[in-house]
Amino acid sequence: MALIKDVAKVCKSKNAGPFELTIDVVFDNAETFRRVKATGVLGPALFARLYNVPEQHVLFTPYDAAFAFKATFPRLVPAGDFGDTDVYGCQQHAPLLDVDLPI
Amino acid sequence: MSKEIRLLSTSAILGYGFPEASLRGGLDRQPHVIGVDGGSVDPGPHYLGSGKPFCSPIAIRRDLRLMLNTAVRANIPLVIGTSGGAGGAPHLALVATMAREIAREDDLHFKMALIQAEQDKESVKRRLAAGRVTSLAHQPPLTDETIDRSTRIVGMMGPEPFIEALDAGAQVVLAGRASDPASWAAAATRAQLPPAPAWYAGKMLECGATPSIPKGHDCLFVTVREDHVECEPTNPARRCTPLSIANHSLHENSSPIHHIEPGGMLDTSDCRFDAVSDRAVRISGMRWNPAERYTVKLEGVELAGYRSVCVCGTRDPLLIGRLDDFIASVRGEVATKAAAFGASPGSYQLGIRIYGRDGVMAAREPIQHATPHELGFVLEVVSQQSQEMASAVLGMARTNMLHTDFPGRLCREGNMAFPFSPSDIEVGPVYRFSVYHVAELDEPTEPFPIQYETL
Repeated sequence: MALIKDVAKVCKSKNAGPFELTIDVVFDNAETFRRVKATGVLGPALFARLYNVPEQHVLFTPYDAAFAFKATFPRLVPAGDFGDTDVYGCQQHAPLLDVDLPI
Repeated sequence: MSKEIRLLSTSAILGYGFPEASLRGGLDRQPHVIGVDGGSVDPGPHYLGSGKPFCSPIAIRRDLRLMLNTAVRANIPLVIGTSGGAGGAPHLALVATMAREIAREDDLHFKMALIQAEQDKESVKRRLAAGRVTSLAHQPPLTDETIDRSTRIVGMMGPEPFIEALDAGAQVVLAGRASDPASWAAAATRAQLPPAPAWYAGKMLECGATPSIPKGHDCLFVTVREDHVECEPTNPARRCTPLSIANHSLHENSSPIHHIEPGGMLDTSDCRFDAVSDRAVRISGMRWNPAERYTVKLEGVELAGYRSVCVCGTRDPLLIGRLDDFIASVRGEVATKAAAFGASPGSYQLGIRIYGRDGVMAAREPIQHATPHELGFVLEVVSQQSQEMASAVLGMARTNMLHTDFPGRLCREGNMAFPFSPSDIEVGPVYRFSVYHVAELDEPTEPFPIQYETL
């Protein structure tokens, strides 16, 4: 059992422009990154489920050079529109922290 | 010796502050250009709409004074993009006025270039009519009606207007809305360095020392060479590591490997991050793919109404236990009483944000059934009619949150604790993003006119 909050070095969210949210999970060595990638847990289906978005709206990109995974999908509400709760989008990462990576 | 250019960024945004010692430390390494990013779209639509700066003028003046004195006295060009937070005409004017005042007060003399980025509506309509405007991020196509409703539209310039201003001998360049790395890419491009490391350097410099640990608002020194970029913070308390740089390379972009910029795409797929010391990192392997057509982003906002807000909280477990019914009662009361004084249901929006439940993640909050011992509320009303009407409806919401009965109620004097008197705050006009499109240009400098003055 390895929770993301225990093995990742970065787990963060932020706006990618006013209409999209982008989430990054970064590891600090090639071996951990390789093992995490091999599990297939971090992928578009995970983000679709955690954030209640259609999987085809999730742009998921592993970034081998940085030992990182990035997922980008639409915000619930455009930044600053009525009903937006997080103008910078920087507090939307928490559901990932307890995801179990079977590495 | 191989060609190189040394660039010093003072902070993440003009007005975020930086230690004076960090600027001096950077100066000792003989930078060719000093600069800072002046703003961001990230704080939301308000600043572009209102014309107000995102950082306080007091904080902007402090940073600008140090940077002007340092750069002008050392005869080093100073470049600032997205001046005043949003980079519209009033934002650029604010920073330009400050620069003139500081020059007079501190006896500084220099040639200054002001690069405008605000777009007049007719020119945007002409581009649209010519079929040269397309949507971004799944936004609807732009229309003349949307353009007419916009409060302000800016174009996001690339490096070319900065290059033109620097080539014309400007020692201080203040620009309106610009792609964050553009001013730095301009400096490196003028030094005959290739676009890939030039743009990559800009990606690192646009946030000051953010790509270092501990993260903070401070100075970053970047050396650009033919095939790589080296980053090092000037404050000895910070350092760049391969992880801190890799982390920053993901910042605010939808893809970690494809970064679309005016004139092309920076491809970072095959980058390498190598520590060259315990404080400096070399990044190599970036590529630049020129675009077939030169495009810039357009950003615009429109007025959405006027907002008033109020903060309160409850510590009553009986109320917390039946909160949804209570909120529904309050909403019903407000609708009736607001309609009675002339606020029709369609003319305003009432938000009741519940902190301690789902105030941060709203519908995406996975924890649905926790029972906290206290809850915080932000009541908000956005009225399309007026600020006065927003406050009137908000007052009704506040009163009903305080006094509405619920079954089993023991706290018969009031349901809510208010931390402030007055409890209600008038926030002012509310804007929303309405234009988020790309425009194709024949000439990268054409929508960004430059004025020069000698101080």
